[in-house]
Amino acid sequence: MDNIFPQLPEIISTTLWTILKIVAIVIPLMISVAYLTYFERRVIGFMQGRLGPNRVGYFGLLQPIADALKLMFKEIIHPTKSNNVLFLLAPILTIAPAFAAWAVIPFDAELVLSDINAGLLYVLAMTSIAVYGVIIAGWASNSKYAFLGSLRSAAQIVSYEIAMGFTLVGVLMCANSLNLGEIVIGQSGGISQWYIWPLFPLFIIYFISAVAETNRAPFDVAEGESEIVAGFHVEYSGMAFAVFFLAEYANMILVSMLAALMFLGGWLSPFDFFPDSIVWLLLKVAFLLFFFLWFRATFPRYRYDQIMRLGWKIFIPITIFWIIFVGFMMQTPYREMFH
Amino acid sequence: MDNFCWVYDANAISGDVSLKNMFNKIKHYLKSLTLYELIIGLGLTGRYFFSKKITIQYPEERTPQSPRFRGLHALRRYPNGEERCIACKLCEAVCPAMAITIKSEMREDNTRRTTQYDIDLTKCIFCGFCEESCPVDSIVETRILDYHGEERGDLIYTKEMLLKVGDKYEDQIAKDRKEEESYR
Repeated sequence: MDNIFPQLPEIISTTLWTILKIVAIVIPLMISVAYLTYFERRVIGFMQGRLGPNRVGYFGLLQPIADALKLMFKEIIHPTKSNNVLFLLAPILTIAPAFAAWAVIPFDAELVLSDINAGLLYVLAMTSIAVYGVIIAGWASNSKYAFLGSLRSAAQIVSYEIAMGFTLVGVLMCANSLNLGEIVIGQSGGISQWYIWPLFPLFIIYFISAVAETNRAPFDVAEGESEIVAGFHVEYSGMAFAVFFLAEYANMILVSMLAALMFLGGWLSPFDFFPDSIVWLLLKVAFLLFFFLWFRATFPRYRYDQIMRLGWKIFIPITIFWIIFVGFMMQTPYREMFH
Repeated sequence: MDNFCWVYDANAISGDVSLKNMFNKIKHYLKSLTLYELIIGLGLTGRYFFSKKITIQYPEERTPQSPRFRGLHALRRYPNGEERCIACKLCEAVCPAMAITIKSEMREDNTRRTTQYDIDLTKCIFCGFCEESCPVDSIVETRILDYHGEERGDLIYTKEMLLKVGDKYEDQIAKDRKEEESYR
């Protein structure tokens, strides 16, 4: 770590430098979240034969900024019988893990805030903590719709976490490491070396679980408008609502980033004659994020029991089978394909 | 609970084990596992993504209007400048929303004219009965559809306002009446 403040004591300069690096991650993340909402509206509009927002600024590019400003100046209404402390704590508990998980994401061979060895476990832990925010939001609102929404969301996230965890076990077996940077390095050597090929079913299951994990359509029963109004955030308004919104989209970007790192070779270029760079990572993430929007424009919402069936009775057996298959293949002469 | 099936499949419930049903079952499982139907759906929305967009960008673009379009009202004049309305009050009588208020008196030249002709546009249902009932084609509905009021009472149009609308759009009004003449 470079010491850019040599005149300051070691501990202060390290802290400052770390804070600067955090800001350098969080600010672009916030901007991407804002523009992800813009692209979501545009893409879904296009798929429905509409144009989507195109009025504010050229092509509507200032729309997310207008939306953010509107939400900032709106009043945060506390329901009279809500638990005030928990009511305000819930959005913070949702957004904090969504941002904290970015600490271990390697954007490049060198570009990583905290290069820890248990990076993958840390990310899993952080994405799991996010469910507390949803549960607390539902409980503190003291509203039956919010409560039902948070219960659904909790059950769903817990179920899909397991399938997601198993898919990551497959990646671990291939990479022999929990460090995200090393997982990416293990895939070097062009597009044919990416883990998506030996682990293709796991990649599909990971991605579908990721959609469920982030409560996105078609797994968005937690905010099923037709049944429970808006789910866990029905009582939230203004900036408190915006924070939930921010967390949802930050989580979308996070799971896409993880998929890009673990299955699509992260920052590595697909062909040898292109240099490896962060641009590849961003392209892969944008490609995966487009699928999130595409799914939302295409699929109707799953029924609750169908979600549970898919998670427990289909994904978990398939992932376990494929893990065993990978383990078996590693003992055969074909093991090179799985490394 | 054995006959409870998640996917509708009559063969699975009946327990039929013929070769054809086995084949159908395998086909069904393969279809689900390869996400066949989902990919078909994605293909459909994917095609629409590149299709021509049907949005009309309103202030710049407008949908085509019929010459019979029933928008904001207007009172017309004869080419010599004399107002057409003879205060027969047929429009007031026929108006189903009772949005028209007319008061009349004798003018110096012994003709009957209105002193007050108010249309409450917040009551009006734009049925066009007033226009149909008018014996002298005085009250008409124009093609204007975007107008607004900022205070209470702004949308109660008085005689002067209606005449002004008529004067401003007389060319268009006359053209539309001419076009529809043969159908009336």
